[in-house]
This record gives sequence, C-alpha cells and structure tokens, in this order.
Amino acid sequence: MKIPLSWLKDFIDIDGLSVEDIARKLTLAGMEVDEILYAGLEMPTYKEGEKHEFKTNGIAWDKEKIFVAEIREVKAHPNADKLTLLDLFDGQQGQIVLTGAPNIFHLKGTGKLEKPIKVAYAKEGSILYDGHVEGQQLMTLKRAKIRGVDSYSMVCSEKELGITDESDGIIILDDDALVGMPLADYIGDAVLDISIVPNMARNANVIGIARELAALTGRELKQPKIELKTSGDSVEGLVEIEITNSELNPRFVAGLIRNVEIKPSPYQIQRRLKLAGIRAINNIVDASNYAMIELGQPLHAFDYDVLKERAGKNKIKITTRTAKDGETLTTLDGVKRKLTSMNVLVCDEKGSLSLAGVMGGSESEVYDASKEVLDAKGIETKADETPQGKITSRGKSTVNILLEGAAWNFINIRRTAKQHNLPSEASFRFSRGVHPAVAEQGVKRGLQYMAAWAGGAVAPGLVDVYPLKPKDSIVELTSHDVKKLLGIDLTLKEIAALLERLEFKCEVKDTKLIVTAPSHRMDIDEGVVGLADVLEEVARGYGYDNIPVTTMADALPPQVGNPVHEWEEHLRDLLIAFGLQEVATYRMTSVEKESRVAKYDEYVRIANPIAPEKSVLRRSLVASVLDVLEKNIRLGESISLFEIGSIFEPVKNDLPNEPRKLAIAMTGLREATAWDVKDSSKLDFYDLKGRIELTLSGLRLTDVSYTASESTPYLHPGKAAEVKVNGQVMGVFGELHPLVKEKYELGDASRPVLVAEFDLELLRKATPTYGIVPVSEFPPVYEDIAIIVDESVLAEEIEALIKQTGGKIVTNVRLFDVYRDEKIGAGKKSLAYSLTYQAEKTMTDADAAAIRNKIVKRLEKEVGAKLRG
Amino acid sequence: MLDKLNDIEKSALESLDAITDQAALDAWRISTLGRSSPLMSVFAEFGKLSKEEKPVIGVAANRVKVALEAALAERAQAVKNAALAKSLEEEKLDVTLPGRTKHIGRLHPSTQQLRRVLAILAEMGFQVYTSREVETDEMNFQMLNFPLHHPARDMQDTFFVEAGDRGDNPILMRTHTSPGQIRAMREAVATNPQNPPPIRIALPGMCFRYEQITARSEIQFNQVEGLAVGKNITFADLKGTIADFVRRMFGEGARLRFRASYFPFTEPSAEVDVECFVCGGKGCQVCKNSGWLEILGCGMVHPVVLQNGGYDPKIYSGFAWGMGPERQLMLRNKINDIRYFWGNDVRFLEQF
Repeated sequence: MKIPLSWLKDFIDIDGLSVEDIARKLTLAGMEVDEILYAGLEMPTYKEGEKHEFKTNGIAWDKEKIFVAEIREVKAHPNADKLTLLDLFDGQQGQIVLTGAPNIFHLKGTGKLEKPIKVAYAKEGSILYDGHVEGQQLMTLKRAKIRGVDSYSMVCSEKELGITDESDGIIILDDDALVGMPLADYIGDAVLDISIVPNMARNANVIGIARELAALTGRELKQPKIELKTSGDSVEGLVEIEITNSELNPRFVAGLIRNVEIKPSPYQIQRRLKLAGIRAINNIVDASNYAMIELGQPLHAFDYDVLKERAGKNKIKITTRTAKDGETLTTLDGVKRKLTSMNVLVCDEKGSLSLAGVMGGSESEVYDASKEVLDAKGIETKADETPQGKITSRGKSTVNILLEGAAWNFINIRRTAKQHNLPSEASFRFSRGVHPAVAEQGVKRGLQYMAAWAGGAVAPGLVDVYPLKPKDSIVELTSHDVKKLLGIDLTLKEIAALLERLEFKCEVKDTKLIVTAPSHRMDIDEGVVGLADVLEEVARGYGYDNIPVTTMADALPPQVGNPVHEWEEHLRDLLIAFGLQEVATYRMTSVEKESRVAKYDEYVRIANPIAPEKSVLRRSLVASVLDVLEKNIRLGESISLFEIGSIFEPVKNDLPNEPRKLAIAMTGLREATAWDVKDSSKLDFYDLKGRIELTLSGLRLTDVSYTASESTPYLHPGKAAEVKVNGQVMGVFGELHPLVKEKYELGDASRPVLVAEFDLELLRKATPTYGIVPVSEFPPVYEDIAIIVDESVLAEEIEALIKQTGGKIVTNVRLFDVYRDEKIGAGKKSLAYSLTYQAEKTMTDADAAAIRNKIVKRLEKEVGAKLRG
Repeated sequence: MLDKLNDIEKSALESLDAITDQAALDAWRISTLGRSSPLMSVFAEFGKLSKEEKPVIGVAANRVKVALEAALAERAQAVKNAALAKSLEEEKLDVTLPGRTKHIGRLHPSTQQLRRVLAILAEMGFQVYTSREVETDEMNFQMLNFPLHHPARDMQDTFFVEAGDRGDNPILMRTHTSPGQIRAMREAVATNPQNPPPIRIALPGMCFRYEQITARSEIQFNQVEGLAVGKNITFADLKGTIADFVRRMFGEGARLRFRASYFPFTEPSAEVDVECFVCGGKGCQVCKNSGWLEILGCGMVHPVVLQNGGYDPKIYSGFAWGMGPERQLMLRNKINDIRYFWGNDVRFLEQF
C-alpha cells in the first residue's frame, strides 16, 4: 500500500514530524514501511557512518532550479520536424526551451496560446532521472546544442521527476499552479510503501493510516467532509436492489450521478493516484479509485443508460446472487469466464453484470468514446480490441452513472479472486475484509469527486440495502488481564485512554472496562479471543518498546531431553568422524530420478508441484545421496557422503509414513593424495564396511553380523551384505550394481561406488551394550598365525572358532592378510591373524604356545585348516 | 727428551687444528694418543730413563697427554657442532609446500546452525520436540487459527499432497513446525488432564512453501520454534526470553527492537529486528540500507491455539517464536544465494 504524504496530510496535521518519524512510528505499530520514495521533498542526508533507518529511493527537487513555469507559445524547430521550441516564462524571464513532448505537439505553430500551459521547468544543473533511458538513472541537466539550438533547461515529464517509471510527454499542471514557485513547494511529495498484514486490512487506505498515526502521536484525525449537492429525481425511485444471500452480501449501496463529462482528472489527482500505484484513466474511473484509496471502499461504476436500456419499460432491478454452475460472464478484460456456484454475481433482470467485488462485466462498463473501453479498476482495452463489438457500437460516452458500493464476504471474494486468478485493488481489499459500514461513505465520496471533476448532478438519496448489519464487538477487561498477558500495570483509565485514541468506546464498570469496538473494525472478536484482540491494541498503543523485559517466573517443566534427537546427533558425529560429509537434499523429487536406483509403484504425489522434477516425495534416501554424488563427482578425488532424513511411504488417502533413514555413498581414492603421496588405491567394499563397523561400535552395538545378500537390486550381488544387529536386519550396504552405475554420470568407471542404507528406528531400538574391558597391568603377548583353508570357509567362522577356543585369554583377533597363490593350491586361501593374549599374570611363551596349539587343532578339526609353515 | 715431547705436542696440535671430520679425528687420536704413537712410546720407554730424568720427563709427558686429550675433546665437540650445523642446514624444508591432507567429513551447515540454536535453547530449558513433515490442513492451519480460505493463508503458500477428496482437510507439506505446538500440547495434557503441566520446547524441522526456487526463495527450509506455556507467562517474559536468546546468538551488544505484526497463531504478535551486524546499523546491502535485520517472528500464543492444544486460555498463557537457521547463516556468513543449502556442492559444504 503506497501512501503519498500529501494525501495523508488531508487527514492529519504532520507538522514537526519528519517523513522518517512517521515511517518509524507506523513500522513499530505494525504497519511496516518497506521503502520511502521521495518524489520532490527533501531527502534525509546521511553522513558517512551515520545510521540509516529505511530503504530510501527517489529524488528531491532542487528549489533553486526546478520551478512552475508556463508555456506561452509552441513554435516549430528550424532544423527538426519532431521537436518544438517552447516560448516559456519562468516567473522572472522568458526562456526558449526545446522539447520533443508529444502531448503538446498539436499546438505547434498555432501562435500565442490563449491560455498558457503550466509546466514543471528544470534549469541547468538540476538532478533528474534520464527520460531517454530504460529504468531510473540519475543525470544532471547540462547545456547542449540540439540540432543547432542551444538547450540549457527543460520541461519535465513524470519519469524525469520520479513520479512514475515511464511517461510519454511533459506534465501539464493544474491551473492553480503559481508560476515561479519552486515545484517542490507545490507538489513535492514522499510516498510510504507500507506492508499491510491481514488483520490490518482496515488500514489499506489513507484514512486508516492517518487514524493510526493520529493515535500514535495523540493528534487529531480530520474526518473527511462529505457534502453532496443534489438535484433531479431521487435514485430510490429508479433502482431497486435485492440481496438473495446476506451472508455473502451484507450490504449494497448505490447512488446516481447524471450528465458527467468524461475527461482527464485534475493533475493533482492523477499525480496522487500514480504515486499510490494506480493508473490515472479518466475523471470517472479516477474518482472511484481515489475514493477507494482514501477510504478503503472499492466502488463499481455502471453505465446507467445501459442498465436502463436492458430494463426496458421496467424499473432497474439489481439482484445479487450466486452463479449457477457453468454460467458464464465476459469480464471486461475480455475473458469469458465459466463460473461456479461459489461466485457471487451482480445481475439485473436480463442477466449478470459483474463478478461481485472482483471484476466488472464488459457490457455495462463506463465507456469513453473518445478513447477506450475502461474498467473501474484501471484495466483498459483498446476500443478496436474490444471483444464485444456491441460496446464500441454504443458510440456515445457514458453520461449517467450508477455507482455501487457494496460489502462482500471476504472469504468468498478471496476464493473467487483465486479461482479466476484476478488480483485487483478491489479484490485485494474485499478479500481481506471491508466493513459494511464504509459502503455508504464510499459511494458518497465517489459521487462527490465525480461531481467535482466531471461536472454533472448527483441524484438525491441512495439505494441502501443492508440486511446484515454487523454487531460492534463488546469486550470486558480488567487491569489484571493486562498484567497477566502483557506484564504491565495500567489503570482502567490508562487502558481506556489508549483504546479511545483508536475510536474504541470505553466504559468503566467497577473493576471492569467495557470496550466497544469501532464500526470500521472487523478484526475484533468477543470472549477470550476478543480479549486478546483488545490487549493487542493496548500493547500497540502502549508501545512494544515500552513493555519491560523480564525473566520467566513460571515453573520450569521437568527436563526430559529428547533421546531420539540426541541419538541422531550422536550418529551424525560418528559419521563425520569417519570422514563422511553430511548433505541435505530436497524431499521432493521425481519418479524418473529415483527409478535409476529403486523402483516403487506408489509415491506420495504433490498436487501442485513447482516443476516435474519435484513432483513426488522421495522414497529412497540412497537416490538422494547418489544424486549428490553424481553432482560432485568431478569436484574431488574422493567423495564420501551421508544423509539422515525422512523418506515418505504413501498410505492411501491418509498421512504417509515418514521413517527416518541413513544413506551413505562413497567413491574415489582411499587416501588423500599429496605432492609426495601417490597411492591411488580406490575405496571399495571393505572401506565402507569398516566405517559401518566403527559406526555400530560407536553406537555401542556389539552383537553385529554381516551376511552376503543378493536381494538388494541396486547392489552388486556378489559385493553386498546385510547388517544384522541382535539377529535383526538393520540395513544393507555394498557396491553399486554395474547396471545401476551406468545410469549415473559417475566418471571413472573403474572406481567402485559404495552405498549403504539403514533404518534409523530399528538401529536406535537395538539394545546397546555398555561397560568396558578392564585394561590389564600385565603385558600382552602378540602372536601371528597363518592358516590355509578352502575358499568356501568364511572369515567370520574362523574368527568365531579362534575366539571360542581361546576364551578370555584371546582378547583380540585381527585378520591382517588374505593370500592366494599356486603354492597354496587352487581353491585355497591363506588367512593371517594377529592374536593378542592377555592373562592376569605375565604370560610365558609356553603359555601362548599352549593356547595356539589348541586353536590350530580346533581349526584343523572344524574347517580343515592347515597351519602355514 | 723434553724437546721431543714439545715437538710431539706442537705438531700434534697443529695437525689437530686442520681436522674437520670424525674419521680424521679418529685417525689423529690413534696416531697421537694410540699405543704406537710417539707419545706413548715415551711412556713405554719410561723405564729406560735415568733416575733424574724420570720425574721431569714423567711430569712433562703427562702434561702433554692431558693437553692433547683436552684438545681432542674440544676439537671433537667442534667437529660435532659443525657436522650438526651442516646437517641441519642440509635438512632445511620448504615450509611453504602444502601439508598432507585427509578426506574429512563435516556436518551440513544447516545442522551446524540448528545445533547452535538448539544448544542455546536447551540451556534455557527448551527441549527438542520433533514432529512429522507431511501434515493435515487441520493441524497445519485450522488448529493454529488459520480458518479455511482465510486470507492469512496467503502468507504461507502451500504444497498439497494428492490424497483423494478429503473435503476441508487435505494433506499438505507443513509450512511451519507449528503443528508440533498442538501435538506437544495435547501430549502434555494427556499426562495430566486436570492440571496440564507447563511446556517449554524447541521445535526444529524442515518446512515447505510453494515458491519458485531463486536466490532469495526456496521450497524447503529449516525452522526452529520456541514454545512456552504456563500459568504466569507474559509478553514481558517473551521479550526477556528473546533478548536472552539474541544475546547468546548474535552477541552481547546486539540491539533489538520489537515491531507489532500479525501471525494468526499469536496475539499480540511481533517481529524482532536485530541491528545489522554486518554494518553495525549504518546501512548496507545485507540490511537493504535499513540498519535492521528481521530475524524472527513471535507473539503470545493465540487463545484459540491454546484451546485447541487443550489448555484453557483463561488460566494459561504462553508465547512462541520462530526463526530460520538458514537465514541466520546467510546473514552471518554473507551468503547471497539460498540455493546453496540444498545444492550440496562440496565446494560450499567444505567451507563450514
């Protein structure tokens, strides 16, 4: 919402407040000023290192260089057809000024003007925006020779003065402009760009902001003066209104003005509208927009004669009703819209006229024969592009106008505007709530401006149907309520003073304050919610900054921690300690992307995806980490990644399951290379297995076993294992299947890609074993043995036999070599173990030999092992 | 004889002076002090000397031996020092050559920031509470005082999930962690329905908004909310708690301000700005020349939300606040593109 300061001043005296003071007060009270745009007024200057407060844009108009001047004659340029020379008076002397402005070109060579044209005149050295380049670029006006004529000053356009982003022609000021007056003093302005939060829709207008500012500064709000001179027959006898659903349309007000002349609005009005972000169209459209920006009531202007013609001999009857499913209406943007029973229509006896609160229909719109078919909301269509030949064939400009100011259900308007994708200034306001009380004031204001700017006579009376008058909310509160929620001590009188500034009515009854909300507020409820609503107003009025800062006195709840969360964090710590980089990826992916590694029939699908590659929720965390691996494959000699997060398993018509998973992906070199380290061995199955072993041991899981597994389709069937803890499968890992690997761009094909996937809930629930093995004071004895066994014998079996046979004395069994050659024989392998013997005494070689012999004998017997010589 | 001894000493010392390495030193020792050296032969022939000569020569020969041994020791030390100096000189490294590195793992920057935030909150008594990422409309919106079709929903553009026609309760991607507020309150009420216990929790987790992915906006982001519910909790307490948190998070001197704002699930609501720590409030690109950085939204828990959680708003009150770890990191580390977070380029991740 853009509010020009000059407009705000119509309703509140801001003397002594700087633009920044005003912006600060509004910002702290919940109307955040996003930007201050200067269009003429002096801008604050910041010294080096001084604090800024607001994002600031625009330019100040130099009072010594930019003035009001008048053009007395438009002469031809001797050397250029498209340029003219203006005979101009700047208040002190005559000037010849060169211009190419198209909007005075028609006056070229017409001699001395009967009525001089008032313009904005800038002298050499003025700082302006360059009117000849795209966007806003500052320039300093310099002396130049253009086609043989000296040029040292110029007549300005709105773009050059920073009023609009683009313009086609010079500004033609109103007649009241005093020649020689600094332009900044005449129309210098600043615009506050304010974010309006949903519960402050009441302030999406000038008077709303003025009211808040008045409350914040303790100044008086100057209520708008609405006075209508009326003549002719009363509108009440001419138009009848029927509301069929008062919930959807609580109020409908209509007024009539006759014999208007459609032409441009006064420049001051156009300028304010443009600064507020609204296009100036003509005096009728501008009047309804101006009244809307000022008071917040969107208005809709109908061509009264079109309605009359449609009614024939009957009285005009306007009905508001919901559309029939499949009913259509051509809105004035030329789109034939298919409606649903949720949409509300404004109709006459012949059919629909407009989509209530959102957009008018094309047929009954105000028509300016001299220009274009126009919409009350500022959307225009060139006459020759009008979809309905009927309108342009009307031929005659609108002269009589029926002005609608209605109240609509905000939820319904919001849905309709969304359904038809029709955001507009009107639907913005209606979809956030416009109080029905404002409708009457709005229509009167609109008629007042039409009469002022377009001539014409306002018909007496208004047709006002108001079937659902909202009740002003009443809330009771006490000083204790204020203390309990806000933590401040205020008397009822002090509370009342804060609220009354915002037009709440307050009455003290014993220890209670009975508060009645003003009739422009729709955001104040009753009961406990109403209490919170009112307390918020008390807090805003008191000032958030003035509320003290305290430490919670309330009891601290029992501290129970979050073991699940803490366990996951511990797991992360373990994984990074083993050299794995954590990644975090999108939950949304595509079936195609995932199907490279895993195929699922069912997915949780996004109903409104932003892109096809983000259309389902991931089911495979392995797919996520492989995507990241692929992305980074050329960025390092070794990439080892993990992610911890949810996957999503669909449940028909219900919330999906969101199991937590761990996925790991690794590929590349085992060791980091350096200028003198050239080892290029590649990470393989056992590197991943080692990290898994370390991780599980870090989680204090001891009963862990690994079984070859061919059941995971994306893993190499000969290089994959299931991990069991306490006999239960927790996850799988191994080398990526060659066919899966082919589907990824993973660089050097000779490098194995290792992946692992674990279910975190299972892993977390596996029982950990705590406690330590005591460290003996006696020295251990180390001994290596190598045995030869058949290929089919698993390392796991041998280790288990050694441990079983050695008992407590053998405290560590470490396989340090696996060897095969001809001497050993085909189908055989040699396994070399380093054993650690530890007893609670100093062991002799004989002690060790005795155990070793026992172990060797057992191995010979059980797995046919032979001690290698 | 004495002359001979003097000659021995003189020539031995002279040759010792020229020695610079250990081998020559060993040779010198053998030739000068060895068994068959001229000096030793003097001792060997001692018995042949006359009674008068014996004491004189004996003293002189001993003096020469001691002198030469001392000279040897001194020379040996010098030779050792020289050799050490030489080898130290020869072993000199190019210290500017790069060190040998390791492939190491790091936590994702979001995890790191979440940990910072949660660690501070834990010390303040706010314990982690997590809940699901896919939610019902009821939990994500309706229970939090966003009625159906209410304009407040425009503040949170939503991803919906296909789940058949569920009427007014579609399934969606949670837009904030706040559904956890309702879940946590209800769980607490279940423990003691007559007198529900106070609550102090931190709610971290991934949230989703329907946005185009640009440098400034993302479809997913982490959020951490704090929630306190009890019988004596005020807006002043909210201010105190936020002030404590901000001081811990952004430093002792961080100035902050509370601005009135609107969130459907809190009332009164506020946004908190911290003085821009990049420029110190002087105005810069990061704070868009405003001198302030918006860092969190907060407010007193709305009575409807308390009610939906099972807490009677006439007895209980509470406050909640929400903030974004990625945004905090972006501000602190001057990250100008939010897409880095889920882009997972190792060149980004390695910098944390």
